[in-house]
Amino acid sequence: MTAAGLIFSNIHDQSIPQMTAMRTMASLPFGGRYRMVDFALSNMVNSGITKVGIVTHNNYRSLMDHIGTGKDWDLARRGGGVIILPPFVTAYENPRAGKLYTTRLEALIGVMEFIKNCTEDAIVLSDCDAVCNINLSAVLEEHEEEGADLTIVTRETNLGKADKIGGGPIVYADEDGNVTEFVEHTRLLRGAYDVSTNIMVFSKSFLMTLLLRALSHGYTSFYRQALSYAMGSARIRIYRHDGYYAKIDGLTHYFQANLALLHAQTRDALFNVKDRPIYTKVRNSPPTRYGDSAVIANALIADGCRIDGTVVNSILFRGVQVRRGTVIKNSILLQDSFTGEDVTLNCVIADKNVVIRDARTLSGHTSLPFYIGKGKML
Amino acid sequence: MFKKKECVAMLLAGGQGSRLYALTQQVAKPAVPFGGKYRIIDFPLSNCTNSGIDTVGVLTQYQPLVLNDYIGNGLPWDLDRAYGGVKILPPYQGQHSRDWYKGTAHAIYQNMRFIDQFDPEYVLVLSGDHIYKMDYSKMLRFHKNRGADCTIAVIDVPIEEASRFGIMTVDWEQRITHFAEKPKEPQSTKASMGIYIFNRKKLYPYLIADANDPASDNDFGKNIIPAMLKAGEKMMAFQFDGYWKDVGTIASLWEANMDLLGQRPVFSLEDDSWRIFTRHDPLPPQFIGDSAKIKNSIITEGCEIYGTVENAVLFPSVRVMPGAVVRDTVVMDSTVIEEDAQVEYSILDRAVSIGADACIGRRRDGTRALTVIGEGISIGAGQTVEAGIMLPDPR
Repeated sequence: MTAAGLIFSNIHDQSIPQMTAMRTMASLPFGGRYRMVDFALSNMVNSGITKVGIVTHNNYRSLMDHIGTGKDWDLARRGGGVIILPPFVTAYENPRAGKLYTTRLEALIGVMEFIKNCTEDAIVLSDCDAVCNINLSAVLEEHEEEGADLTIVTRETNLGKADKIGGGPIVYADEDGNVTEFVEHTRLLRGAYDVSTNIMVFSKSFLMTLLLRALSHGYTSFYRQALSYAMGSARIRIYRHDGYYAKIDGLTHYFQANLALLHAQTRDALFNVKDRPIYTKVRNSPPTRYGDSAVIANALIADGCRIDGTVVNSILFRGVQVRRGTVIKNSILLQDSFTGEDVTLNCVIADKNVVIRDARTLSGHTSLPFYIGKGKML
Repeated sequence: MFKKKECVAMLLAGGQGSRLYALTQQVAKPAVPFGGKYRIIDFPLSNCTNSGIDTVGVLTQYQPLVLNDYIGNGLPWDLDRAYGGVKILPPYQGQHSRDWYKGTAHAIYQNMRFIDQFDPEYVLVLSGDHIYKMDYSKMLRFHKNRGADCTIAVIDVPIEEASRFGIMTVDWEQRITHFAEKPKEPQSTKASMGIYIFNRKKLYPYLIADANDPASDNDFGKNIIPAMLKAGEKMMAFQFDGYWKDVGTIASLWEANMDLLGQRPVFSLEDDSWRIFTRHDPLPPQFIGDSAKIKNSIITEGCEIYGTVENAVLFPSVRVMPGAVVRDTVVMDSTVIEEDAQVEYSILDRAVSIGADACIGRRRDGTRALTVIGEGISIGAGQTVEAGIMLPDPR
């Protein structure tokens, strides 16, 4: 079965507003050298998808810069490849006509032209709020074997512990894996439930029918209206993903999900999966250079850094400089940020191009990291 | 119609690198890894890209598989051009001749038709054996401004080493008056870097005459340059003052790697305006564990370090396990050094495995030679490889 991909780049921007003020969720840097979209894109590329549309809403300059021609994901193709789909503003009748889409369903209707022109049998949808390395080929296979119209990837979430789950609703299914109901989380539920990851495989013809019906009825909600009304006639299936999955929902989650990469199991589940590497934009940074006074323990460090200070339990992105006498603990320094001499950082997230001058001391807490905005100088 | 090219580069990449023996069993010398994530050929290729030269013929002969695969369509160097770009040029069978490249000049001679496709005024001849950053466009401007027929890039070398090079004597305006290939008694310290710019129309008659001379070595340094000089062509020397290193021997390859280390490296790759491009594997950032001790080293993507690394250059996906010590050493990609192993003053090629408690080489003290372990070799737990040993053994 052939498939095309569709990635939503902005849908979760509100979940981490500090860092998405100037960028999309898709271009949020993660894990030393990646951006969130790399996971969604690589998952698709690794399952043989060669045509991916990226639906954008606003603030997508950094995303376009990151994606370029798509050649770093081997998606610079004549027929397909990666295609940025900017918002289509006035195309359809809607009370909000003239404004940008506000829901997933409206976003899909906005890119109906792209979907219609796909010659592939299936369309794989994905958001950019999750860090995972998932075998989409297996999902596609099951989708085909079961003759499903839609297969929704879920993960088991313990709702007792989760303060909020955001994103997709709870998905109820019978023993055979047929979806029976979607329920929004009410905070009253306790225990383990299957929650939608918003990664799903649509049969193309079903998706088109769904969208045309939604358009003619003026539906705006994807799960509550479009899918729920189709439930009786369509074959909607659940696919339970039990591998590593981290959802970025807020600055603290972002902080924790990054630091989780310091555990070997997390890195193995994400980066060391056979035949499923995570691709990203190549920057041609030289190797990282460690000086005589460098002290490093438990740190994930990208290329192009220069380190003469102490780095413990931290993530350094490409091109970070750490001068002599500086101590960085439990922190995340994004690309090209610079720390002078005798700086002390603890639980800090420094965005791109931040400059921290000599002898500054900054500290947050693991439950509330201290965030320094892009390009700020201290 | 496409615009013609002003200058086409021809990169001689057929070198066997026999003095690098253990490292060139499977690959030609230009494909030998260097500097943590590069191969030697990345330097001339990146220099071309950074100098605005977008048409490069790469002449291969010895063990071309890795090199062909590595260069591919030239994408990493931005040389995947619709017109021009990088092209691999192996020797071929013609109607009248069916030869391997007999020498550097013969290699260019065989590919004159390739050059002619682009109708260039100038031909830049490069070798794939050196580590340096050079702006060829400055050399080309010099060549044009002086109205030269041939310009040779030269660098000052110590007089005691001068007899290893082609040595040029120049007059007040940098015009070459005398040239001697590897002279016993050098008259000057200006050594040829093996980088030539020729006016294409001037060069061809010499290439043709040389190819028809059965006594010739078909070599630029030995035959073409002396012949042009003798005929009174205007030949200029272009002085280069930067870092330039021939990495033809194990010792010089090790030294050049070490030149990247230190507070102010002798040779820096960190210049954003002159990036060295290379082909990348999709690897995660390097992970440095709790027990690691790192001093004065360069380390790259995919590495996992739990032991001690000092004065070392580590390539992608190298693993140094707890208690292991790697000192004064170059470790190429995917090599694993197990617990408590000791590696001193060595070069470990790619995919080598060093067993636990093994002991490779001896502490560097100026009297001992480098130890070299070739691609894919496994050293068992607790084994010792003495200083100066090369595996596989060249004899």
